[in-house]
Amino acid sequence: MTPVPPSASHLTSRHKTNWSEMWRSVLRLSGRWRFVLGIAGALFVWTAAFSPWASFAFGYPGKMTLSGFPGGARVYLLPLLLLVSLLFFTLPVGATAGVRAALGLLFIAGYNFIAISWEGDGVDAVAWGAWIALLGSLLLLWAFASFLWEEADGRSLSGQTAGHTAVKLPDPIWQMLLVFGGVPALLICFVYALDVEESSRFVSLICCLGAGSAALSSLGFFNWTSELLARQRTFAVILLLIAALVFPFTQDGNGYWLRVLISVGVFASAAIGLNIVVGLTGLLDLGYIAFFGIGAYVSALLSDADFTTVHVRVPFLLVLLIGATVAGLVGIFVGAPTLRLRGDYLAIVTLGFGEIFRITMNNWNGLTRGPNGIAGISDLEIPSLFGSTPLNFGDAHEVFGVSLPNFANYYFLCIFLFIGMAILFSRLGNSRIGRAWMAIREDEIAASSMGVNPVRFKLLSFALGASMAGAAGTVSAHVTQQVSPDSFTFMESILLLAAVVLGGMGTIPGALLGAGVFYLLPEKLRAFQDVRMLMFGAALIIMMRYRPEGLIPNRRRKAEFREEKSRFSAGFLKGTGELDLMQQNPVQEGGT
Amino acid sequence: MKSVDSDFSPSSLSGLAGNFPPRVLLRASGLTVRFGGLLALDAVDFEVREGEIVGLIGPNGAGKTTFFNCLTGLVMPDEGEVRYKGQLLVLRPYKVAEAGLARTFQNIRLFPNMTPLENVLVGRHCHTKEGVWSALWRGKRFREAEASARMAAAEFLDFVGLVPDEDLSAHSLSYGDQRRLEIARALACEPGVLLLDEPTAGMNPRETQAMLELVQRIRDRGVAVVVIEHDMRFIFSLCDRIVVLDSGCKLSEGTSVEVRKDPRVIEAYLGISPE
Repeated sequence: MTPVPPSASHLTSRHKTNWSEMWRSVLRLSGRWRFVLGIAGALFVWTAAFSPWASFAFGYPGKMTLSGFPGGARVYLLPLLLLVSLLFFTLPVGATAGVRAALGLLFIAGYNFIAISWEGDGVDAVAWGAWIALLGSLLLLWAFASFLWEEADGRSLSGQTAGHTAVKLPDPIWQMLLVFGGVPALLICFVYALDVEESSRFVSLICCLGAGSAALSSLGFFNWTSELLARQRTFAVILLLIAALVFPFTQDGNGYWLRVLISVGVFASAAIGLNIVVGLTGLLDLGYIAFFGIGAYVSALLSDADFTTVHVRVPFLLVLLIGATVAGLVGIFVGAPTLRLRGDYLAIVTLGFGEIFRITMNNWNGLTRGPNGIAGISDLEIPSLFGSTPLNFGDAHEVFGVSLPNFANYYFLCIFLFIGMAILFSRLGNSRIGRAWMAIREDEIAASSMGVNPVRFKLLSFALGASMAGAAGTVSAHVTQQVSPDSFTFMESILLLAAVVLGGMGTIPGALLGAGVFYLLPEKLRAFQDVRMLMFGAALIIMMRYRPEGLIPNRRRKAEFREEKSRFSAGFLKGTGELDLMQQNPVQEGGT
Repeated sequence: MKSVDSDFSPSSLSGLAGNFPPRVLLRASGLTVRFGGLLALDAVDFEVREGEIVGLIGPNGAGKTTFFNCLTGLVMPDEGEVRYKGQLLVLRPYKVAEAGLARTFQNIRLFPNMTPLENVLVGRHCHTKEGVWSALWRGKRFREAEASARMAAAEFLDFVGLVPDEDLSAHSLSYGDQRRLEIARALACEPGVLLLDEPTAGMNPRETQAMLELVQRIRDRGVAVVVIEHDMRFIFSLCDRIVVLDSGCKLSEGTSVEVRKDPRVIEAYLGISPE
């Protein structure tokens, strides 16, 4: 995972300054005008939130033809507007945050404008409310941007927190109270967001949340929260766990979102395994889903499914172990010859291996029933803790007077799976082994000169990652109740990898968030199903440009990306020009 | 090479009374490396005795770094062998490090995104044994081993004059500190011989002086040091013995006075005098 060569980023930044200077000279505002335009913009947006956005009723969600109340997507303007109004008092420090919040307003207005004219067959469908929402958010953007230009021109960027400066936290008791209040709030927001059905409202909500967090992030809010969570880690983790366990009780016996969250949980667990391989050890594995598939097939074959070729039923915990072991052994088999090589060979080999696995499963009719797959995998049965009858995962249960659908069983199982993976990851990562992995990632030659056997530790990482995927696969087979080769395509490997990179390499919350984005969002954005991959691609490109370290980065990885420039000027890779044959770092050219 | 062990004999161990030279720690004999048609090292013999500081000098391209790479298994020699304490070394980097040879690199090779302490902890790798199960179980033995490794690593940082900072990654250290951290990391392997590849490159005179004192303190710990350097003042005031390489061949060897007077050395550095 080599970072972008610096030469490219230098070039683009030079271009950018030229462009923005041109814009600035045209759009520069004097002090008074900025406030006038800003306040006018805020008033416009405020009015727009209560004005009709659609000129006639045609089924656009949220009663957009009515005036006097902020229905539909209009309501999401209000939190951002509140934020923007507060930011006026923090100027010029809050200029960046203001720009981001104003962009959020612009996105909400713009998206709904386009959607209304699209669904209403033309711009005639758009009423004046949407027009002034656009106008108002543009004015706000202009006003805040002009503050930003002024700062860039001369004054120091006082409010920008570059790197992490010292963070002030309240007393421990207040810290705990904040966490104690924050976690349920998070759960309520989450349940609320799942309840937002129409995609236009959901997109607006995402714009609102995204722009809001981007704005708060520029004010150092997330530095502060991460510091807070680091201090109160155990407490926060326990509360989050409780929140996760409480979630099924909010669903009124409906299993739909549980079903979705199960797949998020399964893939997040697999993503943690991939995080060991990619995030800690720095090996690029493009066929990771194959190991997941091995676990799934092992589980399918050993649970006496309706359409199976092997008629045995092995207890699930044993199946979990067998699946993990088989996947790990295959990992060793694939890795042993390849991990001796450096660089991109592993990526190519794993890419090939993933395809070999899929095609083998597709053609091995005697064992895997080929493209038909193995269907009718029975529900899990594990010995019950409370009675003599085993607990069947296919049954719905009544707990505390709330009926839980049968998927809640698998949901709880997934939580345990995820916790297990997370413990595995964090304990191995914070040990001699984890340090050896990171050392290999950072500089394999230096690591081996310090006594780390690179092949052995790369193999260990690869096999462990593979067996974690295998374990996740065994659970997944029971959840989906069938396995077939077409669930293990190359695209699935890429999605998992993208989830790890998007979430933030080397972190557990990052893996969870990444899996959430790639397996939960598509369910909410069904209207965009055809362009799903296009959107993911665009999102990744934007991420790599503006936040290469991922959404929830490892603290030090963040520093790595942020300080890349200074690292080059500090002469970190200062070569003296003398023959050094083991030089493998491709960044030298760009650095000088 | 039958006579390799002659210096590593009981006589030198019990030689309290006699004037036996200190025993040989590291002996490379007949090391030859070819890169295609280029003879990078031509049958170089080299030895390091206990408690010695040996300087390795030579013009650019003389093969000094290749020689280090060869000793530490980064480049396989085409001919020749290396023995450490009489034992034949398997020339793989991690095996060499386990045996007791640690090195620094000409262009610093730290683990840039790990903290200084973690960098040194990787150096402790050979001296800790905790495996997967131990790391997962986190029993008493694991915690004790981890704590003692951290303590040792902090001591090595302290020895080179660095303060452990949890929030800092190695690449944000100053250049001189990075050099010192690399030495601390190498020392954490508890080597018998430490190989330093241009430790003062890019340093100002004051930092160079501090480096000189550091190397002497390392020797006082009982670690023999081999140092490649272009700074002649540094080399001449530090080293007990100097080896001069030119075009892959050993040109000269001796004390600083001897080497400085050797006409072949002068010729290699300054060219032939017109007379």
